Amino acid sequence: MIRALGQNGMSLNVTLVAIILIVALMSGMFGQVDLDLVQLGTAVFGPADSPEAIIVRELRLPRVLLAILAGASLGYSGAALQGLLRNPLADPGVIGVSASASLGAVIAIYMGLAALTPVAIPVMAMVGAFASTAILMLLASRDASVLTLILAGIGISSLATAAIALVMNFTTSPVTVQEMVMWMLGSLENRTFDDLTLAGPFIVAGWIVMMGVGQGLNALSLGEDAAHTLGIDLKRLRWRVVLGTALSVGATVSVCGAVGFVGLVVPHMVRAVIGYEPRRLLLPSALLGAILMMLADILTRLPIGHGQLRLGVVMAIIGAPVFLYIVFKTRESMR
Amino acid sequence: MNGLHVSGLSVTLGGNRILSDVSFDVEPGHVVGLIGANGAGKSTALKAVLGIVAPEAGDIRVGEQDVVDLSPRERAKKLSYVPQGAPVHWPLTAERLVGLGRTPHLTPWQDVTDADQAMIRCVMQETDCWHLRDRLVTTLSGGERSRVLLARTMAVGAPFMLADEPTSSLDPLHQLQVMDIMRGQSACGAGVLVVLHDLSFALRYCDRLVLLHQGGVLASGSPAEVLTDANLETAFQVKVARWAEGGEQFLAPHAANGG
Repeated sequence: MIRALGQNGMSLNVTLVAIILIVALMSGMFGQVDLDLVQLGTAVFGPADSPEAIIVRELRLPRVLLAILAGASLGYSGAALQGLLRNPLADPGVIGVSASASLGAVIAIYMGLAALTPVAIPVMAMVGAFASTAILMLLASRDASVLTLILAGIGISSLATAAIALVMNFTTSPVTVQEMVMWMLGSLENRTFDDLTLAGPFIVAGWIVMMGVGQGLNALSLGEDAAHTLGIDLKRLRWRVVLGTALSVGATVSVCGAVGFVGLVVPHMVRAVIGYEPRRLLLPSALLGAILMMLADILTRLPIGHGQLRLGVVMAIIGAPVFLYIVFKTRESMR
Repeated sequence: MNGLHVSGLSVTLGGNRILSDVSFDVEPGHVVGLIGANGAGKSTALKAVLGIVAPEAGDIRVGEQDVVDLSPRERAKKLSYVPQGAPVHWPLTAERLVGLGRTPHLTPWQDVTDADQAMIRCVMQETDCWHLRDRLVTTLSGGERSRVLLARTMAVGAPFMLADEPTSSLDPLHQLQVMDIMRGQSACGAGVLVVLHDLSFALRYCDRLVLLHQGGVLASGSPAEVLTDANLETAFQVKVARWAEGGEQFLAPHAANGG
């Protein structure tokens, strides 16, 4: 059946959308208070003041929507970056945006800004993401080869990671350090519509910037020179992918923390079904990213480790073995 | 006036003058060979014409039109390119790979249409690789792969094809196949500009030759005019043996110092 889906990109996408709807329903039903489908329906469409309605509308709905936006951003950016860099190991972290967003959040926690307003952490994280993108654009703007872009991204990422360590080093309160670590492990817990309205516009803006890059990424399969002679404006293509990733993933990290592996693993999972053509990977990667994010979020609600299980940890624990399995399965065609 | 006209082309890369004042023409229906020793600037000349490297000076026209005035897509429709070594970064099927040649004719949102599909089939049949259409390019032999990549370039349907050493790393039979395909393209009215290292191929397959030496044109004209003993000794520091067989001319280099 999976093979049959691979023959036709459209039916794969329709299937993935159907799975998104099913998982979204599951995400509405499971939690500290389990609801059945009827209760869920009443909570969404019935009177607004029942406890179920409050749980679903105030807590679970924004959580589901954020998981979809975040997972789709990570999946799409991962597929786009792997196509742009022609490297199956690329993920949104490679341009340094995740580490820089984390640095912004850690600084906000260090300075106690979170006590002033709940949006302080996401706003500072976004400032971090955009600052790193600005630096990347400055460093790699002239004649930005792909290699320059990767190296500059790694440099920025390392610098941000070092700065995070430095801030933690200077933090005297163990509780604050704990808060920083927990934030970086990623979570969708207690996210509200405020987070959604804060991050949503940037995420969608990032998607718009990256729309229609598939043709250029396909042409890049033949190398930069050949892509150029097929009429692709490479500079524009590069900046669209980098800026789109910075916007959507920067905003994602700002509200969910640094959730790894989605951007790396999802394109590989899609390739196993539909093949390697970069353009055909983009939409299914976004959809599958959304599914994985919601599933991982549901798992974090299980009573494991006193409800302390974090999203980023679940994702990495699931993602890494899946990744290894795919590497094992596709080792022939990667030769 | 319908040809590809290059005049006064100069290119400087990283402070080094690679080409200075290079001029040549490629007429429709002709195969023009670009020859010269390593480092003479052959590949750079091709890349400058294609806009991959920016010329410092010079005038490049397709017919009456200055290529500088063309959008990347318009230029892509007129000049197709076979890069040296021709990398393929993902294991695509041969048919989808050939389909990439249709890119300049599609809007960014479009996938290949039925008309494009007919063209893809046509060029793949012409290069004898239609039977490979569902194979991943990574599983093809060197000869099969080079035919698929040639089909990709032909799928652009451009009036001029520029090929950078298309026969390198191929065995003799596949070298001949590739050269025959180039000839076939010119017989259909395309202008072909091909960088060659094999002087025998240059002699037998090209209508005209441009011999580059130290960044300039040492000689240009018919193969007989260009491949003189004096020119070859200056450009390559070799002597050549010549013979004819079955009505065809052959030429093989040997060391100039009597070796």
